[in-house]
Amino acid sequence: MDVCNPPTYDAEEELLRHQKQYSQMDKLLIPAEMRHQPVSTGTTIIAMEYDGGVVLGADTRTSAGSFVVNRFTDKLTPLTDRIYCLRSGSAADTQAISQVVQYQLEFLSAEMNEPPLVKIAANCVRRMIYQYRDDFVAGMIVAGWDKKLGGQVYSCPLGGLLVRQPVSLGGSGSTYIWGFLDNNYKPNMTKKECLELVLKAITLAITRDGSSGGCARLAVIDAQGVERIDVLGNELPKVYDL
Amino acid sequence: MSSIGSGYDLSASQFSPDGRVFQVEYANKAVEASGTVIGLRCKDGVAFAVEKIITSRLYEKGSSKRIHNVDKHIGMAVAGLLADAKQILTVARDEAKQYKYDYGVSIPVKYLADRLSMYMHAYTLYGFVRPFGCQVFLASYEHDGPQLYAVEPSGVNNVLKNLFINLSSNSFFSFTLIKSGYFGCAVGKAQQTAKTEIEKLKLTDMKLEDGIKEAAKIIYQVHDEVKDRMFELELSWVGKNTEGKHERVPTNVYEDAEKYAKASLEEASDDEDEM
Repeated sequence: MDVCNPPTYDAEEELLRHQKQYSQMDKLLIPAEMRHQPVSTGTTIIAMEYDGGVVLGADTRTSAGSFVVNRFTDKLTPLTDRIYCLRSGSAADTQAISQVVQYQLEFLSAEMNEPPLVKIAANCVRRMIYQYRDDFVAGMIVAGWDKKLGGQVYSCPLGGLLVRQPVSLGGSGSTYIWGFLDNNYKPNMTKKECLELVLKAITLAITRDGSSGGCARLAVIDAQGVERIDVLGNELPKVYDL
Repeated sequence: MSSIGSGYDLSASQFSPDGRVFQVEYANKAVEASGTVIGLRCKDGVAFAVEKIITSRLYEKGSSKRIHNVDKHIGMAVAGLLADAKQILTVARDEAKQYKYDYGVSIPVKYLADRLSMYMHAYTLYGFVRPFGCQVFLASYEHDGPQLYAVEPSGVNNVLKNLFINLSSNSFFSFTLIKSGYFGCAVGKAQQTAKTEIEKLKLTDMKLEDGIKEAAKIIYQVHDEVKDRMFELELSWVGKNTEGKHERVPTNVYEDAEKYAKASLEEASDDEDEM
């Protein structure tokens, strides 16, 4: 949010956008016996730092048990203009957390008259997860760019830990690609190398994890802004299908 | 000084016919009557110097400090009623603590100055409390450079790039969006003389080690030997050489600064004798 040049607000458009965000068909499509299953973003999420910014990636499947509720979910949620969070765990919990933190950061940036630091955003997320650790099932990664420290990735897993890492993985699909990342990640990669690595990793996770699937959503955040890239299912890199 | 208000000065919730709140102006008078406090924002840090006037021979050296730490990286120097200042200090420390708890990073000094402004301003609105009779300076060295702010009894927190504190300003709560704060500020008994001396210095090019000596020198120069015989000099700094931590200057730096100050006093008096 740019405090000095706020966007114009149109109430009707805002309402329409809000309604279109979530599909109303879900209520009709889910069979009765499936409805009691918690909707989770059984997921693969990755974030990686490079010199000058961060690269984020996630799959697009939201599942309720074995039913795919949404096959083109957006798990990359903006907290501010230059800070995004990746959501894994319960879809409801993570959506609630990101909405609350979005509000907190908006308020803080108006008070301080400058965009908030990534560390602050990560702390807000972590505080919420820790406070409600017995109720929430939310594993989130906060990544973004700020003027002070550049690109940063912070991991906020289930219990309420906060740790900064150059690469962070999360979600059920991440278990299948730890080895791949250990083998292929090296420090000081370029933006292009990071993008390729993240995309490949997500593809591999999608291939092996039942709760991950669909397409891959990528984002690059740097000083200039955010670049979103959606790689559809047929465009994913080819992996040998055993 | 007496009977300016004549009837409109009984509480902070009253305006005078010409639009002044006299209680706040009287609070500023309390500040003016205290020992001089000087802050100098140099190229790579901020230096504080306080003229702590000693009223008793039984006074123990080093007690009753006028320069405090808010968090590790922010220093606060106070002028005016010291008991009022103690409460502002407590509030500042609470704010810093809460910010660190909520957001995980140390509080930026500009934000702290705004919060203290709001707090002090709240006490200028009601008839059942009195305004704070103290002015506080906040200094820190953050990633975008050294910063120095002053918060007055009226709640004004001046962030302008000039050297003058407008004590009779009628803007009770002014936010300005210029980030830099003060280059140098002085308040207290000898504030006019001190400000004149500060204006002679080129602070943007001065290093902190030189700044601290200059601050000590100004305190010695403006100190009134006749009215207040005994005084103790308090010096503190925060800057690149302290790695952003605010602390009292080490003993050797303190002694050097005192020596420099006393020597330049003698030079000045020698010049006078010659005339």
